[in-house]
Amino acid sequence: MSVITPIRTPAEAGLIDLYKVVRNTLPGTKATLKHRDEAFAVIEAAGLPHRRVEDWKYTDLRNLMQEAPPLAARPHLAETDPAIAKSKAFAAVSGARVTFVNGHLVTTEAIPEGVEVTPLAEALTNGHPLLARMGGPEVARDNAAVALNSAFVADGAIIAVADGVTLEEPLVLRFINTGTKAFATSPRVVLAMGDGAALTLVESHEGPGGVGYHSNSVVEIVAGSSVDIAHIRLNAEGDRALALSTLMVTLGADAKFASTGVVAGGHVSRHQVFLAFAGERSVATIGGATMLAGKSLADTTLVVDHRVPGCQSRELFKTVVDGEATGVFQGKIIVRQHAQKTDGQMMSAALLLSEGAAMNNKPELEIFADDVVCAHGATCGQLDDELLFYLMARGLPRPEAEALLVQAFLGEALEPIALEDVREELTDMVASWLAGRAG
Amino acid sequence: MLEINNLVVDIEDKRILNGLSLTVNDGEVAAIMGPNGSGKSTLSYVIAGKEDYTVLDGEILLNGENILELEPSERAAKGVFLAFQYPLEIPGVATMTFLKSVLNAQRKARDEDELTTPDFMRRVKKAAETLEIDQEMLKRALNVGFSGGEKKRMEILQMALLEPSFCILDETDSGLDIDALRIVAEGVNALRAKDRSFLVITHYQRLLNYIVPDTVHVMSKGKVVRSGGKELALELEANGYADYRELAA
Ligand SMILES: Nc1ncnc2c1ncn2[C@@H]1O[C@H](COP(=O)(O)OP(=O)(O)OP(=O)(O)O)[C@@H](O)[C@H]1O
Ligand SMILES: [Mg+2]
Repeated sequence: MSVITPIRTPAEAGLIDLYKVVRNTLPGTKATLKHRDEAFAVIEAAGLPHRRVEDWKYTDLRNLMQEAPPLAARPHLAETDPAIAKSKAFAAVSGARVTFVNGHLVTTEAIPEGVEVTPLAEALTNGHPLLARMGGPEVARDNAAVALNSAFVADGAIIAVADGVTLEEPLVLRFINTGTKAFATSPRVVLAMGDGAALTLVESHEGPGGVGYHSNSVVEIVAGSSVDIAHIRLNAEGDRALALSTLMVTLGADAKFASTGVVAGGHVSRHQVFLAFAGERSVATIGGATMLAGKSLADTTLVVDHRVPGCQSRELFKTVVDGEATGVFQGKIIVRQHAQKTDGQMMSAALLLSEGAAMNNKPELEIFADDVVCAHGATCGQLDDELLFYLMARGLPRPEAEALLVQAFLGEALEPIALEDVREELTDMVASWLAGRAG
Repeated sequence: MLEINNLVVDIEDKRILNGLSLTVNDGEVAAIMGPNGSGKSTLSYVIAGKEDYTVLDGEILLNGENILELEPSERAAKGVFLAFQYPLEIPGVATMTFLKSVLNAQRKARDEDELTTPDFMRRVKKAAETLEIDQEMLKRALNVGFSGGEKKRMEILQMALLEPSFCILDETDSGLDIDALRIVAEGVNALRAKDRSFLVITHYQRLLNYIVPDTVHVMSKGKVVRSGGKELALELEANGYADYRELAA
């Protein structure tokens, strides 16, 4: 018998060396370290996921991650203040704010009554009752991005919203990355929602242009029954960034969850959503709008796990691809054997604006129950010439006519956002992306 | 206003317009009639600048300038307007957003100032009232879920707002009920002016009772085969196109 020694890529070798160095300096108890070691063992054993790994078929991380940059240290005030001042995302949205710079919690503002924010580093070191609820739904286990985050997480937050608390204003999580040389961040946020709690969670991720930094954030939402959560996420990462992100959601009974993500940044990005219905009669609406140009790649990977009967899931993802960029959508709806009366519908639609643009759509259903209504669909096309002619015949020059159609296409994915100023900001973002495209 | 000389047009190697010539003078209302498939809509698309066609010969002069090389939007800015035989539904584009964008795009192309929102609203309201278009309709996405007749009225509303100088109406009467036909015709008549010409494509004399043409042209197999005054339409109504099919061959 021969022993197969896997050939490590420079990034894999770098991660192994990096982990050896940092495992004893990262915050936490012995139990935390055990978790880290277990998580890193996943990466060490299998290496970075590559195209022959089904879930990573279109986003070959082994190939795309070329090095393992050092972990970003907790920044000094001299660095955080200018970085925060430069942050533009949702600046006009009023509400509670938790700000992370390079993955480290630096400030909290206007946290309302009934909400408790604990820096994750502190929670890991001193122990925190909610640590026991970390880890995400079963369908996220052994996921490489989550494992990397678990191994390298340095800070983040545990946010507890007490039973019955309704936040009038949104809770804004700002993830601001800053630096001039490549660095890596792995923040993790756990949001525990008590029974009957309601909030709008707004997440923004920003970073410097021209820097090949790696961000790998995980947001976990653990919700009780009858919660009402609206979630909006903006990826405005730098144009050379490798941005991995994961949203893990476990919903109790009678819950309402609506999430809209906008991808407007990053060189390579992958946003994963793992959502599990753990209580009956809950409704989840998940969608997003992705704008891609240049040679960038954006992957949206979604797994919705109907574990209990009577829940409804709706997904609508829109992707616009220009230049030589590549869009990826992988969506899976799982309906467990007992999850009768499940209603699941998933749609991914892509618009290719150039010859070199590409889209990979992979919608899947895995149904083990017999009394369900489930459907999925995927489309990929170009702008409709007849519609373009109609608009141009009315006097709109071609770039404006195209922009109007693209805006209408993406706009449908932004419609579910109830907060008007947030929706408007994201709509303007689409418009300025289109204006940039027109030159 | 418009002068078309010996226009030869193919689509996918199929000859559709076959040496068509036509002149429409300033302020003139010219009606075009002709059997199905004779190339009437094709003519309107070629004037408006649709891409699918190969123009092999001929010219289209708008006020003396050949417009064949211009983009559809440039032709629109010069005053060409086509009311489509089949107006398109544009999901996700609010009617008001659309109207404002196109009005301002044309004004910009002509170096005019953009309309203020109140001014724009006033104009839309007035035009909608004249054409008896419900305000509710203006709140929806453009043409989405509109009935056939509603779509046609929306085309005329756009025409009224854009104030073009050369208006092509491609079977605007089809799909309109009797009352709507009268309302639309009145809308068109209100726009008749010394410096505005119309090309009215129709199959029915009835429309021409409301919009009385100055000239009537018969198209067959991609050509204008006969031209005359308004009485020609009555003659066609009585005798059909049988005599003209031969003429074009
Ligand atoms: N995209 C196309 N591809 C192939 N043939 C076409 C295309 N568009 C039009 N044609 C053909 O060109 C001819 C003229 O069509 P056109 O629509 O201009 O006729 P029309 O006079 O407007 O007819 P109608 O009275 O039915 O509206 C028809 O034979 C039609 O089939
Ligand atoms: Mg026709």
